[in-house]
Amino acid sequence: MSALAYSPRRVRAMVRRNWYLLRSSWPRILDLMYWPMLQMITWGFLQLYVSQQAGFFAQAGGVLIGSVLLWDILFRGQLGFSISFLEEMYARNLGNIMMSPLRPVEFVAALMVMSLVRLMIGMIPVSLLAIAFFGFNVWSLGLALAVFFLNLILTSWSIGIFVAGLLLRNGLGAETLAWTFMFLMLPFTCVYYPVSVLPHWLQYVAWALPPTYVFEGMRALLTERVFRADLMIEAFIFNGVLFAAASFAFLRLLESARLHGSLIQSHE
Amino acid sequence: MDARLQNAITLERVSKNYKGVTAVDGVSFALPRGSITALLGGNGAGKTTTIAMIMGLVTPTSGSVHVLGAAMPQERYQVLHRMNFESPYVDLPTRLTVRQNLSVFAQLYGIEDIDARIAALASDLNLTEFLDKWTGKLSSGQKTRVSLAKALLNRPEVLLLDEPTASLDPDTADWVRGHLETFRRSFNATILLASHNMNEVERLAERVIIMKKGKIEDDDTPQRLLSRYGREDLEEVFLDVARGRKREVAQ
Repeated sequence: MSALAYSPRRVRAMVRRNWYLLRSSWPRILDLMYWPMLQMITWGFLQLYVSQQAGFFAQAGGVLIGSVLLWDILFRGQLGFSISFLEEMYARNLGNIMMSPLRPVEFVAALMVMSLVRLMIGMIPVSLLAIAFFGFNVWSLGLALAVFFLNLILTSWSIGIFVAGLLLRNGLGAETLAWTFMFLMLPFTCVYYPVSVLPHWLQYVAWALPPTYVFEGMRALLTERVFRADLMIEAFIFNGVLFAAASFAFLRLLESARLHGSLIQSHE
Repeated sequence: MDARLQNAITLERVSKNYKGVTAVDGVSFALPRGSITALLGGNGAGKTTTIAMIMGLVTPTSGSVHVLGAAMPQERYQVLHRMNFESPYVDLPTRLTVRQNLSVFAQLYGIEDIDARIAALASDLNLTEFLDKWTGKLSSGQKTRVSLAKALLNRPEVLLLDEPTASLDPDTADWVRGHLETFRRSFNATILLASHNMNEVERLAERVIIMKKGKIEDDDTPQRLLSRYGREDLEEVFLDVARGRKREVAQ
């Protein structure tokens, strides 16, 4: 129970610690914008080219750019969470934090806030770029965008929490997972193509992943002008389950790290 | 009154195994409140694991650890705000200024008047001129003092120190020892100190626990250890224990 006691002050302290770090390092800020911009420009021009041909893309302007933007929310949200966690390991500061009165739930809350901050720094300029270069205004999706965003960020936090648990348990040896874990979802969540193109048996896997509902919902909105509330509700349900499972796994991995002495060898 | 509540730190038959390797083997000791104790031992003696179990970072395989009456690690959140530590094996973030680092940890430890506390500590530890410098730009001696400032932020009732003067010049090291003695006297703090500097141990510690291969080899006051081993200084006592000459010499 005590692990669940909550102090907003301690969460603010950890957010400030990360904010000080970001503020002091322009390469870190640049890095947040660099890849999303590069990806947007590349895929945006591809979309421009195929839309000049006849067919689906001609009628569904923005589907590819929309997919790129939403995928980046999912991926960068998790990366923002995981990198904020990794910064403590790189700085050899994890011992100080684990020995302080900071509860796991506060640590996770601070990492969630930092993932949002990092995401905003990266994604707002990219969304403006999409308007300027390709005339695609993701903000015009309004409430639908808010629902898409909420679902995607929930998934990204769940993955971030699980990866943080793996890092606590296995140290920096598990660092690669922070960068690559989300790509495991890429083919199955059907970011760039509809679920119907998957083999029938693989569609069950796809529908078990919350982001699949968001990408299907986005395609329905952009091609058929229909907001699929049913898909969003299902996504929230799956996200709830995923978040609970990730939090449980994190606490178990933390317990296991204490048992195996990993917290005093986290740099190895 | 329960001895676990009376004492600041109580270990009862504590053991820790890592994949079949015994790091700590049936260790028991109790540290009264307000005492300074040194934990000595060569590499692999089990000091770090013992301290990590006291901090709640490692769960014992068997036995029990109590700090200020709380079972570690299960009840650690009841007492972590009353403890602190300093170790050369952890760092403060280098891209934050000294003031930012101390301010973050002051918030984590629930300090009320943060600016005043940081100013007082900076003055005590000669850090005032470095407060707005990046921590990573400081010399190792200055960093050690910043880590010590972080460890004293919450005026801990239990202070765990791992080589607190390792990178300090003799003059500053001596001054830090004096500061630790004053801190202990002023706040009746309990200090557990792991050190390889025998002068430091002789000056600060009123009790010495010597570990070898995960077990306590000896546990006494520095004076009684010197007298029992017939030695002039603790370094010779340490070498006697480390090289297995304990029994012959002590007998």
